[in-house]
Amino acid sequence: MRRSATIRRQRLTPLWLLLPALVVLVPMFAYPLYQLGLLSLFDYGQPQVSGGVPARFVGLGNFRALFGDQVFWSVLGQTVVFAAGCVVVTLAVGAALAMLLTRVGRVARTVLSFAALAAWAAPAMTGSVVWLFLFDSNLGLVNEVLGLPGYNWLYERSVAFALVGAVVVWHSFPFVMITLYAGIQAIPESVREAAALDGAGAFTTFRRIIVPMLRPLITIVVIQSIIWDFKVFTQIYVMTRGGGIAGQNMVLNVYAYQKAFASSQYGLGSAIGVVMTVILLVVTLFYLRALRRSGEAL
Amino acid sequence: MIRRRLADTVAILVAVVTVFPIYWMVLSALKPTGEIQSADPRPWTLNPTLDHFRSALGVSGFGRYFLNSLTVALAVVVLSALLSFLAAVALTRFRFRSRTTILVMFLVAQMVPVEALSIPLFFQIRDLGRAVPGVGLNTLGSLVLVQLAFSLPFAIWMLRGFVAAIPAELEEAATVDGASRFTILWRILFPLVAPGLAATSVFSFIIAWNDFLFAKTFIISATERQTLPAALLVFFKPDENDWGGIMAASTLMTLPVLIFFIFVRRRLVSGLGGAVKD
Repeated sequence: MRRSATIRRQRLTPLWLLLPALVVLVPMFAYPLYQLGLLSLFDYGQPQVSGGVPARFVGLGNFRALFGDQVFWSVLGQTVVFAAGCVVVTLAVGAALAMLLTRVGRVARTVLSFAALAAWAAPAMTGSVVWLFLFDSNLGLVNEVLGLPGYNWLYERSVAFALVGAVVVWHSFPFVMITLYAGIQAIPESVREAAALDGAGAFTTFRRIIVPMLRPLITIVVIQSIIWDFKVFTQIYVMTRGGGIAGQNMVLNVYAYQKAFASSQYGLGSAIGVVMTVILLVVTLFYLRALRRSGEAL
Repeated sequence: MIRRRLADTVAILVAVVTVFPIYWMVLSALKPTGEIQSADPRPWTLNPTLDHFRSALGVSGFGRYFLNSLTVALAVVVLSALLSFLAAVALTRFRFRSRTTILVMFLVAQMVPVEALSIPLFFQIRDLGRAVPGVGLNTLGSLVLVQLAFSLPFAIWMLRGFVAAIPAELEEAATVDGASRFTILWRILFPLVAPGLAATSVFSFIIAWNDFLFAKTFIISATERQTLPAALLVFFKPDENDWGGIMAASTLMTLPVLIFFIFVRRRLVSGLGGAVKD
């Protein structure tokens, strides 16, 4: 008798422990996600928000409008290119510096770690603002040093994207560097020494030893970066003032926000949000597969 | 030896370049306006002044915004630590049927573009405010609520590794000694997980502290409830920016995160290892 009571109590306990988190997550996360999907099926604009006109069900109408719009495809295209660029550069810089950290003295290692920590800690908003100041056309240090007085870094689409990308990389390479460095430290010293004895340089060691041994960790870092860089909002919004000249630097996240809150097309904005969610969900499936391959027991 | 010295030099150079924007931010905050606007910017100043900080905190009301940001971030950190601790214990110490499903859902939740949720959440918070005044539009409560929800999935995921690292024998021994579940939870597990909680808290703190989008979306008319990132944007003027003031405000915004990071530096890496590798 007593035993069955204990077992039943044991069954109930995890639920009680999870309950507080679920009480927040279900209404503030799961429900809005459901609402996002629902809103994307409606024509929901200013008249509906004010309450006078009932929302009109349009089925997949918002998606049809979206997929028929040339602007959407170009925004989607440049979001993918921008995110891919940020991911590649972040990983290259992070990995190169992680390798560098294994070859430097203690003082240099501490200095670089602290510098990276500072860049990591800087909020996206302050990072964007400070870089804008550095690259300001009239008072910026960069134009002064390069002798380009009055040059506007945000005027041309690709230059503006490169500048914003630089800020994104500056914010995110420390995560890659520190995680990979910790991973390299976990590789037995003897393996790395053997490679060095055989005359392997930094690049060979990285390609032949570190990449194969840290494959699961690297996969996770890559996918984590893809997810972060695909969702960049603050840097684009602040640095290009809401999407650049004539919206030339728009990415999906900013596009959805502008459609919803600037032009009051909440249904259409939600449809863009749904597209983003689906894309990231596909990336997540790869992530889950990578986790499973790395032998993680969920 | 020469190679080592070369590597050291490169590392220090990279460090200088990396930290330079932060140095420039603090320096410009301390420079007199005349030097900021001079056509010949120098990487030092001989006349440091606190004028920009004074005007940012006083005239522009950044003291108020700083307090708002701090209130939201601390509330999120404390609540998130509490809730994620309980959930992490449930997910590591018990085997139950829907456990894997819940775990996968927490993982998937981290990938959701939460920025897109600002659209439905705007209406939800508006309607919620009509029923419960403390959490509607223009309240700090609404920001705490959404930032808490966004920080929980990652916090739980990360904390799981820390809880799993504690030997279960400790709890078994305590049970044999007649300790209640409550005692085991708060007197034994909680203190042992505390280092992990510190690392997890940094991430919750950053999510709440850095949030710009939701503050901009929810705080639509009550400017006195604005948080730092959104207030900073208001500071921007289309043609004549007060860079000294902006840099002073940015410095104020960066300092708390920097201090927090340096405090938990060591645990950050082990925590990330726990989050990504189990």
